[in-house]
Amino acid sequence: MIDAPHRRDGVRIAALIHRVSGVGLALFLPVHFYVLGLALNDTAALDTFLNWTDNWAVKLAETGLVLLLSLHLFGGLRILALEFLPWTPRQKLFAALAASLAVFVSLGFFLSAGS
Amino acid sequence: MIGVRLYLAQRLSALVMAPLMIGHLAVMIYAVQNGLSAEEILSRTQGSLWWGAFYGLFVIAVSIHAAIGVRAVVYETAGLPERILNPLTWAIGVSLFVMGGRAVAGVVL
Amino acid sequence: MHRRAEVLDVLVWRGDANGGGYHSYGVPAQESQTVLDVVTWIQQNVEPTLAYRFACRVGMCGSCAMMVNGEPRWTCRTHVKKVFGAKGLVIAPLRNLPVIKDLAADMAAFFDKWTAAEGRFHPSKSRNDAMEPISPEAPNRVAANAAIECINCAVCYAACDTVTANPDYFGPAALNRAWTLQNDVRDAGYTVRQDAVSSSGGCFNCHSHQSCMTYCPNELNPTASIAGLKRLSALSYLTGGKAR
Repeated sequence: MIDAPHRRDGVRIAALIHRVSGVGLALFLPVHFYVLGLALNDTAALDTFLNWTDNWAVKLAETGLVLLLSLHLFGGLRILALEFLPWTPRQKLFAALAASLAVFVSLGFFLSAGS
Repeated sequence: MIGVRLYLAQRLSALVMAPLMIGHLAVMIYAVQNGLSAEEILSRTQGSLWWGAFYGLFVIAVSIHAAIGVRAVVYETAGLPERILNPLTWAIGVSLFVMGGRAVAGVVL
Repeated sequence: MHRRAEVLDVLVWRGDANGGGYHSYGVPAQESQTVLDVVTWIQQNVEPTLAYRFACRVGMCGSCAMMVNGEPRWTCRTHVKKVFGAKGLVIAPLRNLPVIKDLAADMAAFFDKWTAAEGRFHPSKSRNDAMEPISPEAPNRVAANAAIECINCAVCYAACDTVTANPDYFGPAALNRAWTLQNDVRDAGYTVRQDAVSSSGGCFNCHSHQSCMTYCPNELNPTASIAGLKRLSALSYLTGGKAR
C-alpha cells in the first residue's frame, strides 16, 4: 500500500536503466551472433535478412538497440568511475550526462540509418 | 553471490569493452549510412587480422561480462541457489563465446 | 500545506512475523510533534499493547528507526509537519528485517551480518603498551573519520534494495564499519576482515544505488565506503594480499 520513494531517486533509476539495458543486450546478443554466423556458409541468407531490415520499423527497433548499448556503455563508465576513482558527490549529474550522451548517439544512428 | 574473482572479471571485461563499444558504435553509424549488405560488411572484415582481433576480443569480453551480469540479475530476481547459479553462469558464458566465435569466423574468414 | 487538521490521520502497521496490516488512528495534532510522539500517544491512549522501540528520544541511540511514509527514518528526529502528506502519516516497521511485533523489527540479521563483515575492532596492543599516537590529518584517519559516526540504527539497511534482493548481502552499515576499521592503524584484523568483505556476501554485491547515503540520518556515505572497500579488496587480490 505504500510506494517506495527511494526508487524515484535519479541514481536509483540509473541503476534500473543499467540493469534493464544489460538484460536487453544479453537477450539480443544470441540473435545478433546467429545472423552474423550466417556469413560463414550462407551469405545469401544474410543478404535476405539485411534486405528485410531495410524498413522504418526495423530501423526504429535498431535505434532502440543502439540506445540500449549506449545507455549501458555510458552508464557503465559512470559506475567504473564511481568505483575506481575518488568519490565525487555529483553522481546524479553524471548519470544524467551518461543518459543524454546515449540519446545523442542513438539519434545519430537513427539519422544516419535514414536513406 | 559475487566474490572478488567474479567482480574483477566483470569490471576488467567492462574496461576492455568500453573502447571496443565506442568503436563498434562509430562503425555502425558510419556503415549504416548507405544501407547494409553482406558484401559491404565482408569487404571490410574478411581476411582482416585487425577486425578479427577487435571482434574476437569483444566476444571474449562480452561472454564473461554478460554471464556474470545475468547471474546477478537472476539471483536477485529469482533467488536461485549457487549450485544452480554457477552452472548457469558458465552455460551463458560458453554459449555466447561459441555463438560469438562463430559470428566472428563468419565475417572474418 | 494548509493549516494542519486538529486530528492527524495515522496508519500504523500492526501484526507479527505471521503477518498483519495497517490500523487507522486519529491522533491530536500538536506543535513540534515528532513521529515518535505520535506512536507514543497511540500506545499510551489507544493501544496499550502496541510494540515499538525507542530509548534516547534525541537521535543518539539509533533504536527508534521505522518506515515513515515509505522511507526509513529516526522517528524521534522526524517532525510530523515535515512528512505529513496527502496520505496522512503511514508508520511501519523497518524494511528488510523480520518483524517481532508491530513496529519492532528483529535486528538479529543486521547484527549477525555486522559480525560476519568483521565489523569489530581487533586490538593490537594491551593496556601495558603506550598509547598509539594518531594524527588527525593522516589520510587513513581522515577516511575513517568520515564514516565513523554510525550508530547502528539500520536506516541504511532498510533503504537498500540490494539487501532486499540479496539476502546474503551484508548491507551498507556493516561494510561501512569494516571500512573505518580497515583504515584504523591500531586494528590488527586487517587480513581476516579483507577476506570477510571480499566473500560472497561482501562489498562486491553493492550496486551503488546510494539509497544508504540518501537516508543516513547522520549524513554518512556508506556507498563511498563500500567503493573504497572494493578498491582495497580488488587491489589486495591482484597483488596477492600485499597492498595495504
